[in-house]
Amino acid sequence: MIPYLLCLILFCEGLYCVLRKKNLIKIIVGIMIMDYAVNLFFILIAYKINGRAPILSPDTDIMNMVDPLPHALVLTSIVIGLATTALLIAIAIRIYQKYGTFDITKIKELKG
Amino acid sequence: MIETSQIIPLFVAIPLGGAFLTSLISKKADWLADLLGIITTLAMFILSLVAVRLVYIYDILMYEMGSWKLPIGIVMVMDGLTSFMLVTVNLVALLVACYSISYMKKFTAKWSFYTLFLLMVAGMNGVIVTGDLFNLFVFLEIAAVASYALVAFGTEKHELEAAFKYAVMGSVGSLFILLGIAILYAHTSTLNMADMGNILREKGASNITILVSVLFLMGFGFKSALVPFHAWLPDAHPSAPAPISAMLSGVLIKSLGIYALCRVVFNIMGVTPAISNILMFLGALSMVIGVFLAIGQWDFKRLLAYHSISQIGYVILGIGIGTPLGILGGLFHLFNHSIFKSLLFLNSGAVEYSTGTRDLKEMGGLSSKMPVTGSTSFIASMSIAGIPPFNGFWSKLIIIIAAVEAGHYWYAFWAVLASILTLASFTKVMKYAFLGKLGEKWNQIREVPGFMQVSMLLLALICLVGGLLVLPTISNIFLQKASDSLLQGLDYATTILNGM
Repeated sequence: MIPYLLCLILFCEGLYCVLRKKNLIKIIVGIMIMDYAVNLFFILIAYKINGRAPILSPDTDIMNMVDPLPHALVLTSIVIGLATTALLIAIAIRIYQKYGTFDITKIKELKG
Repeated sequence: MIETSQIIPLFVAIPLGGAFLTSLISKKADWLADLLGIITTLAMFILSLVAVRLVYIYDILMYEMGSWKLPIGIVMVMDGLTSFMLVTVNLVALLVACYSISYMKKFTAKWSFYTLFLLMVAGMNGVIVTGDLFNLFVFLEIAAVASYALVAFGTEKHELEAAFKYAVMGSVGSLFILLGIAILYAHTSTLNMADMGNILREKGASNITILVSVLFLMGFGFKSALVPFHAWLPDAHPSAPAPISAMLSGVLIKSLGIYALCRVVFNIMGVTPAISNILMFLGALSMVIGVFLAIGQWDFKRLLAYHSISQIGYVILGIGIGTPLGILGGLFHLFNHSIFKSLLFLNSGAVEYSTGTRDLKEMGGLSSKMPVTGSTSFIASMSIAGIPPFNGFWSKLIIIIAAVEAGHYWYAFWAVLASILTLASFTKVMKYAFLGKLGEKWNQIREVPGFMQVSMLLLALICLVGGLLVLPTISNIFLQKASDSLLQGLDYATTILNGM
């Protein structure tokens, strides 16, 4: 039970970081933390106590193996997270070139 | 049946291939990028009409990716709702691609615009045709990442700021969806939507399904900009180039948000009175708050963006009522909104193209110099405000009748009120932008180029005749099939699992 709770705390920490931090880079880091927390959650639901790697071979019995599907999903999810992060960082660099700051309280031209 | 179902993967393969080719061969030649964009979207539109015909004959079609059998492999499913959404998305995509030929001349790197545009179309089509929950998430992210990049396309101060806000909020929404999928997988140990629906029905309702419903409501609520989650939309949609604003407001929020939400809520989780009430409440809230925020705006595109929130509220209200008439009205309004809101955004783009401003106070009397833009925008404004011969009137009428029939008199009242306020706000647009005396500095402006006129005129024509879709003979082919797929609810699972 404790790993699940820690995973939830990690997710909430990322969410807190996105909501409260004033620096663009810290917000991006917050999104990455949330991303890793969800990936970790996928690994946790696949895990079994004393489970072995899900590799089929003809002469061994495969009684207690971990669920291989979430591992495949996590790989996809990591790649998607990479694309999002790369785009966010590219936008943040462009914003720095235009505004000369990473502080979101100073980047507020759109309102109404 | 095996041969005809081969059409389904083409909806993802063609735009992906088009995007790849565009980025590969048309870096030096802009006309090649235009040509590829038009050919790809035209092919998609024709295929989606074929899909409507096929659904009329076979009711439901399935394609197994890589020939893996049903509960294990990824399937692509085409039923009434799918073909309905495909027509909506690809129709708007075709006309927007036609419009972009002239409009995007003022930007550099046209090839990267078309690459991202086609990627976004591929992602949306993928979300619509897939029958696998994780696959849905992957396509959703393809479309979303492409749209973040397109909002930032101008790379000026405002575009970048809006794109950052949009990307951060969109990513958080996506992560909620992914968390929901993870919990649902742990609960049912399957990812196939039909199989999942079956297992959930056997296990019955539990706290886990409530938790997952809330996560999905938040995640897809972010994507479709329902009111508590709407903050990104009024920044992101006006900042994008006009054709992309039309795509984002016209179809992206519907295919990623509303379609996915309906599919999950109706066909997998099963709709309960609680969820139905939440949807109706959020719908009415978006409807009223969106229109109140819209009235005070003086930026043409920002005003339209707030109206998108309001009109999405109508769609969600109609679907949330849950009666056959309500769902039909909601889906009909979804189609109509994608037509007239795309048209309005293209109009605002045309005004910006000719005059270089989006501020309503600076315009005035533009109708005399730009007759096509003026008259099409008049038709679109009357449609969105719900004036009788145009399509918006019929769908709003159906939603209001459905609300009254189901006994939700207050929701019907709010729908009427929001409609009147919409009329007021578009009267303001017409008065300040297109009617009245022509300003001194606009004496030199001219009507926009031909391609832009063509797509605006076609959209206006659809606004004019769109009301005919509700006639029984036509609606049996198109709308009725779509609302039937939602109404069958959890029987979706049985239909698909037995269909093999």
